[in-house]
Formats: sequence, C-alpha cells, structure tokens
Amino acid sequence: MKPALKIVSPGPHTTVQGKPRIGYRDIGVPASGPLDRVSLHLANALVGNTPDAPALEFLLQGPVCEVVAPAVRLALLGCAAHIEVRSHRPRAIPAGRSVRLLQGDVFRIGSLIDSACAYLAVEGGFDIAPVLASPSTYVRAGLGGLHGRRLEKGDIVPIARATVEACDERELVPPPDPRHDARIRVVLGPQTDHFTDEGVRTLLSAVYTVSPQADRMGFRLDGPAIQHAHDYNIVSDGVVSGSIQVPGTGRPIVLMVDNQTTGGYPKIATVISADLPLVGRRRPGRSLRFTAVSVREAEQARRAQEAEIKTQIDRLRRFPCENRG
Amino acid sequence: MNVRFLCCGDSALVVEFGAHIDRGLNDRVLRFNNAVRAARIPGIVETVPTFRSVMIHYDPLHTESAAVQAALERLLDSEGSVPRSARLWRIPVCYTPAHAPDLEEVARRTGLAPAQVVRLHSERRYRVYMVGFSPGYPYMGDLAQRLTLPRRTDPRLRVPRGSIAIAAGMTAIYPVESPGGWHLIGATPLRLFDLARSPPALLAAGDEVLFEPIEAGTFEEIRAAVAAGDYRVSCETVTP
Repeated sequence: MKPALKIVSPGPHTTVQGKPRIGYRDIGVPASGPLDRVSLHLANALVGNTPDAPALEFLLQGPVCEVVAPAVRLALLGCAAHIEVRSHRPRAIPAGRSVRLLQGDVFRIGSLIDSACAYLAVEGGFDIAPVLASPSTYVRAGLGGLHGRRLEKGDIVPIARATVEACDERELVPPPDPRHDARIRVVLGPQTDHFTDEGVRTLLSAVYTVSPQADRMGFRLDGPAIQHAHDYNIVSDGVVSGSIQVPGTGRPIVLMVDNQTTGGYPKIATVISADLPLVGRRRPGRSLRFTAVSVREAEQARRAQEAEIKTQIDRLRRFPCENRG
Repeated sequence: MNVRFLCCGDSALVVEFGAHIDRGLNDRVLRFNNAVRAARIPGIVETVPTFRSVMIHYDPLHTESAAVQAALERLLDSEGSVPRSARLWRIPVCYTPAHAPDLEEVARRTGLAPAQVVRLHSERRYRVYMVGFSPGYPYMGDLAQRLTLPRRTDPRLRVPRGSIAIAAGMTAIYPVESPGGWHLIGATPLRLFDLARSPPALLAAGDEVLFEPIEAGTFEEIRAAVAAGDYRVSCETVTP
C-alpha cells in the first residue's frame, strides 16, 4: 500500500494546500493556496520540505489521522494546539516541532485554540497531482487537492515519500508569534474615492471583529459601517487577495485566497501581503484594527518578513529523534 | 477619461481606462492586456482584463510597484492601433421550457412572447467583455434593450452547468454548477470549463459569440457527443 495518512475524522474544513494556482485568474480561477502562507512555509521547513510543498490546512479544528506508512515525519504549525498521539506511548507534541510516527499510530489535533487555521506538513509532502499547475484545493470549482474537495472520513491522502529515517528532529525556538493583536496594515485604494473621508476614518480607527462568516473566500467583519460617497456598485474590475470590499451594508469584507477574480463592490483598501496571513489566523470573534501604510512600506514589510522566515529556518534547533523503532 | 493607475496593495495594480461598459473602451483594455503579456515585464505574474481595466498581478519579492508602473506607462505611450483579431464561436442553445426555467417570467416581465425573447436573444452577436465570477464565466453583451432586467431578488443556490442566463444588460453561460442570481432562459450542451482542454475555459475576453437555437433532441445528441469527446465547436477567426 502507498504511504499515506488515513483520515479518521476530518474536522470541519480540512483541505490540501500548497503552491497557489497562478496564471488562470483571467479565466476566473482564483489562486487558492494557504490562508497563512508564513505558517505553511515554516511547517514545511520543520520537515525539510520546500516552502510550498502540499500540506493539510484545517480551519478552526484539526483532524484525527492514522499513519499508513512504515514511518512519517510530521510538523504542526499556525496554532497553539498539539499533535496528540494515541499509540502504545501516548504523548502530545506541541506545534512548531517535528515528530516521527510509525505505522498504525493515530493522532488527533483538536481545537486550534487561538487560531483560525493551521498546517500539518509531512516530510516529502503529500503526493497530489497538480491541477492547472497547483495541488491546492479550490472547493467551489472542485479543483486540485484530493478529488477537488475537503477531506472526508476514510480518505487516504498519499505521501510522496515511502518512509523516513530516524534522523534529528527540528524545532522552532522561540515559537513564532502569531501577532493576534497586531494592527493590520493596509494600502488605501483602489477605490478610496468611492468613500467619504469619514468612511476612510472609520476603517482606520474602528475596532472590527471577525464574524462567523469567515471562510477561504473572504472574512466578513462586524463593526461600524463604512460610509460610501455615492453608489456602492461599480462596473466589475479585478480584485486581489487582501482587497477590502465594502458592499451596501457598509460592513467590510477582506477577500482571502479563494476570492473571486473580479468584483462589483468598491474596494476601500488592500491588506498588505505581509499581513494577510495575520488576518487568516484570526478566529471569528477576534478583533481587527487597520492602519494605513505606503506601497513602499508594504514592499519593505514583505521583504523583512521573508528575511525573518529565513532567519527562523536557519536557527531551527535540532534534537535527537525520540522514536528510533 | 484618462488612464489611471490604481494601487491594490503590494502585489497588484489596476490600469483603469474608464468606468463604463463600452466596446471601444473594452477594445483598449484587450489590446493593452495583449501588449503587457507580449512585453514580458519582469515580475509580472499574470494579468486580468475586465470590462474597463486591466489588473496586473506581480510578485513583490521580484519587483516593486514603481518599476511595474513605469514599465506599463512606457507601454501605454507606445500603444498603437494594433488590429485585434477575435474568435467567433457558434454556441448551440436549447430554449425549450425544460432548459429555460425563467423564460416565461422574463417574457411576462418584458411584455414579450417567449418566442420573441428567444429571437431577441439569439439574433445578436455578443462580445465576451470579461471572464470572472467563477471559472470560465463569460460576461457577454450587449443584450437587446428590451431584455434588460435586474438580477433576481432571490438568487438560486444551484444553477445547473450550461445554463444560459441574462441580467443587467448582459448574457452569460454558467460553466460549472454554482449559485447564481441571473434569469435562466436556455442551456447549452457544451462544456464551458473543461480540465481536459488547454486552456480549460472555452471562451476568453474579447471573443465573439453567436447563439444557435436547437431542439431538445439535438441538445441530447450534442451532449452525448461532447461526453464522448467527438464534438467540435464551430469557431472562426474574425475582426471584431
């Protein structure tokens, strides 16, 4: 049998995500890929993979899985939960540390506790055939991942490596800061002129809350309505992940990675690419405040973030593998 | 209206040619989109032409907004009157009641007979202004004035694949089953989005489309032929 993880219980929304699907937005296919690019990148680094190797992304709560391979190496990242191993030697591995598990081991990742999404990477990556040049799942159109859908009980998710050696494990020290209270930086535009000055002030001063209507397409926010200057419909134009569109209700929606490629609501601002993962991590009920920066600052922030990820990877602590069976 | 550059964060910008739906404006959009693609500007990863603008997606780790904008401005300066060729598709459509759940209602609300609605819809040549909303979904215009209706007040949760729809002066085809708020007045047995094809979307922005009415029997024949992979859609190159 091919090496795999068997899904004993999938959790509310578990999909395969990896490299985004780039090059098809002109025919209406969104990029997809991880809500939290930073955590996927680091989870993959913990098991020695390339940054966007296919991994499992789960929203709000993790899955229960069984190891169907002689040995696998896993790492969880993006939340404060643990990999709870139920085997002859039950134990809990915190997020941010790799672990080698053996055939028949069953593990559970419960509530993500503080985070809206998290990632489980396996050494070698999941063996998912790319669809339109990407393994990432886009559920609405049934593209990518395992059968184009979220994982279900009994699914067998194949792993691209037959087994793994009992070599050193890796750990992120200190664990990454999820920055759940950080202000989200935005660049104003492209349609700031469709809002009153008061509307722009509201966006930049109010405290918003992630509503229960938050999914991979967009995070609807609760909070003060943002005032339009005139009509709230525009002739459709392009949108990007991070676009903050404001429909007639005045309640902003931050478009996320499965966002439609075009839209007919004015966009007051765009979340900078460095901060989009921070939005992706915020659970319903968590607060969100915005602050405006220039494009130049946004570009510097993204480069600084990539440099920091590289430093974190260079500093991974290595320690002996606990399971040499 | 002058061309405007609109900032969309640190990974995209929009080149806006106007704020309206207009063939001449859309021609400029499509020509500029072609020019951007041909220019292979470093760092630009993809472009999305819309009714009235082109969205430029770029990789902020390989270029920056100012450099992208400067390169696009140079292209705009050299923007010539390059003639654009288009593909003209003939798309078979069955307008019989089983495939047209809203035809009666559209006829009632527009004060036309169902046959007149069909004639008004199928006698025109449409332009694909843009593809968006869902994979392969073509926004086509312009619809006959007399068929202009707002979207349904109660959007359907499931619109079947292949449905021919009208709303707000536009017509469209649902490429995949999805929610939808447009009025359904027919169906095509063709697959608008098919992963077995490259590119998977049948229609692209700038294409021209004619709808050819077919009977329910022909619909089934074509559907079977499409499923078997031996149906060839009629397509020719034309000057729009």
